[in-house]
Amino acid sequence: MTAPTVEAGPRPTAPVPQRHKPRRKSGMARSKRREAIALVIPSLLPILVLSVAPLLVGVGLAFTDARLVRNPEYAFVGMDNFVRLADNSFFWDSFRIGMIWAVSVTLLQLVAAMGLALLLDSDLKLQGLTRVLALIPWAMPPVVVAIMWRMIYSPNAGPLNAFLGSVGLPDDINWLANFSTALPAVIVVGIWVGMPQTTVTLLAGLQQIPDELHEAAAIDGANAWRRFTAVTLPSLRPIITSITSLNFIWNFNSFSLVYVLTEGGPGGRTMLPMLYTYLEAFKNRNIGYAAAMGVVLVVVVVLLLAIYLWSQFRQDRDSTGK
Amino acid sequence: MRHLVRPAQYVALCFYIVFLGFPLLWLISASLKSSGELNSLSVSLVPQDIELGNYSAALERQGLVRSAWNSTVVALVSTALVLLIALPGAYVLARLKGLVRGMGVGWILVSQVFPVILIILPLFLILRTIGLTDSLVGLTLVHTTYTLPFALWMLQGYVSSIPIELEEAGSMDGASRLTVLRQIVFPLLMPGVVATAMFSFVSSWNEFFFALVLLQSPENYTLPITLKMFIGGEGKVALGPLAAGAVLAAIPSIVFFSIMQKRLTGGLLSGAVKG
Repeated sequence: MTAPTVEAGPRPTAPVPQRHKPRRKSGMARSKRREAIALVIPSLLPILVLSVAPLLVGVGLAFTDARLVRNPEYAFVGMDNFVRLADNSFFWDSFRIGMIWAVSVTLLQLVAAMGLALLLDSDLKLQGLTRVLALIPWAMPPVVVAIMWRMIYSPNAGPLNAFLGSVGLPDDINWLANFSTALPAVIVVGIWVGMPQTTVTLLAGLQQIPDELHEAAAIDGANAWRRFTAVTLPSLRPIITSITSLNFIWNFNSFSLVYVLTEGGPGGRTMLPMLYTYLEAFKNRNIGYAAAMGVVLVVVVVLLLAIYLWSQFRQDRDSTGK
Repeated sequence: MRHLVRPAQYVALCFYIVFLGFPLLWLISASLKSSGELNSLSVSLVPQDIELGNYSAALERQGLVRSAWNSTVVALVSTALVLLIALPGAYVLARLKGLVRGMGVGWILVSQVFPVILIILPLFLILRTIGLTDSLVGLTLVHTTYTLPFALWMLQGYVSSIPIELEEAGSMDGASRLTVLRQIVFPLLMPGVVATAMFSFVSSWNEFFFALVLLQSPENYTLPITLKMFIGGEGKVALGPLAAGAVLAAIPSIVFFSIMQKRLTGGLLSGAVKG
């Protein structure tokens, strides 16, 4: 349960051992150090107070029975919240939905963005237009994105159903209210929102691959697909690893988009973990319990990331060891 | 086989263009349609006749102008606070070596993993004890806290890109630390400060979750909350004004994006700006 704070500790201390060189203790160096410390403390104090402290308190709340009521007294209850949470099938349902959502958005977005980045990297016409369009979703308010896609998915007079009708398919699907289509429908919106970032990052990586590599592979008789798997993908590996990790975190923790699209419905089919914890904290008013959910989610995400990054690292080591 | 590659690429490109561009086009088109057309069953991307009535209707709803004003104030003040706190912090983090820097950077990364619920719960309790829950002051503080780690990350990147030799040369010439900062570091840092300011303005302007949790009374609503309340019960939406309001709410982000476009495509911030 303490994983996040532990995370903050040991990793950054790694570079310390190199600093055991004897330090010159001349007067000038000392006054310089004092000056630096005088600069450091007031600069870092607000960050400590505003950013670090609240999160630690947030983690602490998970071990209390705090409730959102007039009388703010609460007591330490140890692991009670976590024990209760283990049997809460609604929470684990939302956890499962969150995993499906985060994994599918992250992976499908990676594939789609890779395709777009490759197209943008080859000299086609219409590129300027595509670049502009590819960036549009970037800075849009999630609420506006949700309103936009609610119109697209609208069961009557929505363009999606109208299009399906015009090509002879069923045109009466209520995309966001139907039990089987709601989750796929919000996943498509999730892919749309994250496309710019992933595309731009991959494109930057593609442009760093030296042309000579591709040329050499082509001379060796490699076809386009072979060149992609043998040259492009391995060169992009570090970028893909970092962008998928970040996307996974952001998607798993996302709230606003799906909240405005479906509010978690129909029948909880799009109830992402953040929506569920929000309802627990501010509708059921169980702050301590909701904080425990938050802690469980952080721990799981950190563990999954650690496994993923570790496997990537091993793969790197194996491939360079050959 | 080879001559089929180009056409296939263009087909794929067109598919992307439609997927990425159509939703926005549809929103703009809906904002220009009459309510009669919006409620009819005929579906067309091009409005029958363009009318700006939805925009005036959206603006006349008192809530929208009021909440746009609220959003602007919160975004401006929190941006100022973020810069005030992050500038010295980022400078120190970028110039320090060893433990403190490692912890600072580690912290910034760790804070990205935390779900918003763990950020808002303690802040909510604190704000409630000082009576700032349903208030724009409280929201401004929360936005400041929330944007801070990432602003630090951006700024310390910009500071690191300024060669320390420049500063050393300055102090060698007898300039005081403050003069060096003011006359050498700050002018070079200006583009980074502008980028960070725009980033924190837009993330506050777009922010929905904290506003939803904190703000209770309609006169305090920020723009995203007012728009969410517009949606209301299914089918009873005044679609036209809603679309118009959504277009208006997207304007600052689009301005931001057009200014930043060169940098973004240049990959300077690649993977850096949060969604």
